[in-house]
Amino acid sequence: MPTIRVVLPQHLQTLAKTYGEVRLDIEGEVTHRAVLDALEIRFPTLRGTMRDPITLRRRPLLRFFACERDLTSESLDTPLPAPVVAATEPFCIIGAIAGG
Amino acid sequence: MSGVRVLVGTRKGAFILTSDGKRQKWDVSGPHFGGWEIYHLKGSPVDPNRIYASQSSGWFGQVMQRSSDGGKTWETVGNKFEYDGVPGTHQWYDGTPHPWEFKRVWHLEPSLTDPETVYAGVEDAALFRSTDGGQTWNELSGLRRHGTGSSWAPGAGGMCLHTILIDPTNHDRMYIAISSAGAFRTEDGGKSWKPINQGLKSEYIPDPTAEVGHCVHRITMHPLKPGVLFMQKHWDVMRSDDAGDKWHEVSGNLPTDFGFVIDVHAHEPETIYVVPIKSDSEHYPPDGKLRVYRSRTGGNDWEALANGLPQKDCYVNVLRDAMAVDSLDSCGVYFGTTGGQVYASPDAGDHWAPIVRDLPAVVSVEVQTLA
Repeated sequence: MPTIRVVLPQHLQTLAKTYGEVRLDIEGEVTHRAVLDALEIRFPTLRGTMRDPITLRRRPLLRFFACERDLTSESLDTPLPAPVVAATEPFCIIGAIAGG
Repeated sequence: MSGVRVLVGTRKGAFILTSDGKRQKWDVSGPHFGGWEIYHLKGSPVDPNRIYASQSSGWFGQVMQRSSDGGKTWETVGNKFEYDGVPGTHQWYDGTPHPWEFKRVWHLEPSLTDPETVYAGVEDAALFRSTDGGQTWNELSGLRRHGTGSSWAPGAGGMCLHTILIDPTNHDRMYIAISSAGAFRTEDGGKSWKPINQGLKSEYIPDPTAEVGHCVHRITMHPLKPGVLFMQKHWDVMRSDDAGDKWHEVSGNLPTDFGFVIDVHAHEPETIYVVPIKSDSEHYPPDGKLRVYRSRTGGNDWEALANGLPQKDCYVNVLRDAMAVDSLDSCGVYFGTTGGQVYASPDAGDHWAPIVRDLPAVVSVEVQTLA
């Protein structure tokens, strides 16, 4: 079972009462969906914050980055890059930068 | 010794202000949930340590919180607000059909008898209820389905259900209000609803006396006279003496009858308070002077209350859920502004002083009177 590294935005770290990178065991293939499922199981307080709890659509102002690539528009079932699976690179969930 | 706890929701967190019965010195706790919009917090009338809070964010959606120790610690509870059945459509700004979509919780109203039961008024307008302390929520869909729902349309702030009143003498009778659909009443605990907007006149809608479509900003009642309702509409301050069946205007000598808040004195059912705002396009007090207006006659005759409030260069707004009263012997009145001030009057409005001056924009103010 791969263990990957996930970086959460600060507000979600606070909500989940976890700080710094999260190490997350993923069952089966490592995809966006698998990562979000595992995060919501490990941290139930995050349910509904990264994706709508009814439609499961990604919240529009959240982005998924890894390996210097924006993976946000990838299919939820696309395998994540090998360095994420190998935990040499983190999977980053980013709140879109907005405001002034 | 008696005291008060003021629950303040702001654009960037929640704050809890506490004082003894004199209401002169205050302790400020917060920000709780710093950086998140806190639309509303409210405590259970049967267990003051049970407080519910609506926490939301444009990035992360809706989160619900509850406290069982008066706001010292918080527990995240359920945030799944699923409309009953196929949600259907309401009107969009341009008159076209638009699917019902949950956006946020505007108002929380704990049950008068059970601390585990709480109602939530949401955007897009609907009423939800939890009977397990906020863990799960179910829509009381009779409101949205009673017949006019497909014609409701959002106001500038969104299509929000912002007011929930429970008749203390008959818990099956409840009132709610929606911007911009109007006011509605149930007599059977939320199963069925009827619009109660007769007498409202809104010149800015196609049919000024329509059954629905009025931009009601806030309704209030006194628990000793639950059939008497007071309303701050978009324009006009209104009164009903028959549980909303008919309304008549009581704006009287107010400098402007636009505003958001309205509340009733804790011990005098005919003493009411509003904060006049210049207009719907200016959203600040007339002449840069922040004044609460009090009527001791249930409307029409109003007096300005300005002692301790800024009377120069003040251009803040007071939003619809941002006024509350305590029930100490000398009724305290409280309101918060979009400039981040929370003002308190320990003597029913005669004298005012800020509790805090520099919070984020205040969205809601509730008060708990503690034994």
